[in-house]
Amino acid sequence: MKVYLPNSAFLGNIDPFLRKIDLSNPDTLEITANKKWISIHPVVLAMVAAIGLGVKPSRIKCEKLEAKSRHYLQRMGLFKVIGIKSNMVIVEHEPAGRFIPLTRITNSQELTRCITEMIPLLHLEPRQADSIKYVVSELVRNVLEHAQSEKGAMVAAQYYKKSNTIRIGIVDIGVGVKKTINNAYPAKTHLEAIQLALTPGVTGTTQRIGGTEYNAGAGLFFIKSIAQINREFFMIYSGNAMYKLLKSSSKKKHITLHGDPFLERHSKGEDYPFWRGTVVGVDISLSRTAEFAELLDLIRKVYIETIQERKKERYRKPRFI
Amino acid sequence: MKEIKLVSLVGSFAENKDIARDIRLTKIIPTIEKNQGVILNFEKIEGATQSFMHALISDVIRKYGAEVLDKIVFKNCNETVRKIIDIVAEYMQES
Repeated sequence: MKVYLPNSAFLGNIDPFLRKIDLSNPDTLEITANKKWISIHPVVLAMVAAIGLGVKPSRIKCEKLEAKSRHYLQRMGLFKVIGIKSNMVIVEHEPAGRFIPLTRITNSQELTRCITEMIPLLHLEPRQADSIKYVVSELVRNVLEHAQSEKGAMVAAQYYKKSNTIRIGIVDIGVGVKKTINNAYPAKTHLEAIQLALTPGVTGTTQRIGGTEYNAGAGLFFIKSIAQINREFFMIYSGNAMYKLLKSSSKKKHITLHGDPFLERHSKGEDYPFWRGTVVGVDISLSRTAEFAELLDLIRKVYIETIQERKKERYRKPRFI
Repeated sequence: MKEIKLVSLVGSFAENKDIARDIRLTKIIPTIEKNQGVILNFEKIEGATQSFMHALISDVIRKYGAEVLDKIVFKNCNETVRKIIDIVAEYMQES
């Protein structure tokens, strides 16, 4: 495998980075980077860490990084997670107020600990913390329950002062969205599976509306909606497909949510390098964070409408002769 | 009515579905089976996920019908928690 860390890769411009990843030869990993500057979304780091975890450290080659911002990779714990030496000497400051370093979560207890610790780490007010805790919990639980990922979930987050946003990446090397959805729905492509996974009330555990006693098929829809109401990016990448919710204009007064993710302002593609597992990146603005309770009103309305529509689709029609 | 204080079981952010399922199976359902009411006390719980609430109450509504909501009282819920409960109760009755 080969990964090139560019000078800039955030959710808005992540596409070239994804297209350039070489995921062939999974027993080796070669990391190269822009010589001048590396500025990347936590999801990019989580991806590199997730694939690096599956490679013996002796088979990971990381070129000598020259970019001025190279210490960021060290501070986020990349080299430690993948088990290689960086040869960088830095003075580590308290991480509080800035970021959550790469964290591997393999069980429910670790998730609870991560959520408890992340709020003081990011120095969030309780009002701002609701949506962040919500997003991390639901996404990581998806991995723990559905991904069958031996290495669990790789999580990282960073606060960006200039945009006043928290950017979160959650990545696994598991079975991917399509295999999970195919347990209940015959999605033919990875993109179709992603579309279904983002639709309210669709879960890979059953076709029954309302889900099982344990899954309702609401998690990803809620998270996409949180990003959307905050007019931020949301990206999901699995298999050869990527769906990205684009930022909506701040000129638009009201946000309209749809049950079908393809009706939102988005970009998508199904010609990306094959990612064995699932990658999710989400940005949450702290300036525009709608009150979480208000956000739930909007989500509830669309969720119920979509379920009602799905129910109607199953109604038997009278036959007239 | 049997009162279940949730904060000591789930912490201040209710997100652990495994614990939610345990509470449902070991505390809520046995009480309903005895034809008694249940008070779910959310005091000091600051937030909850839809997944948690689904694991806690969806199967109770499915098994016993919407009428079971007459036997369950949600106490000390903040606005967020209340709305999550509303969402789950509503979609379970729609499904």
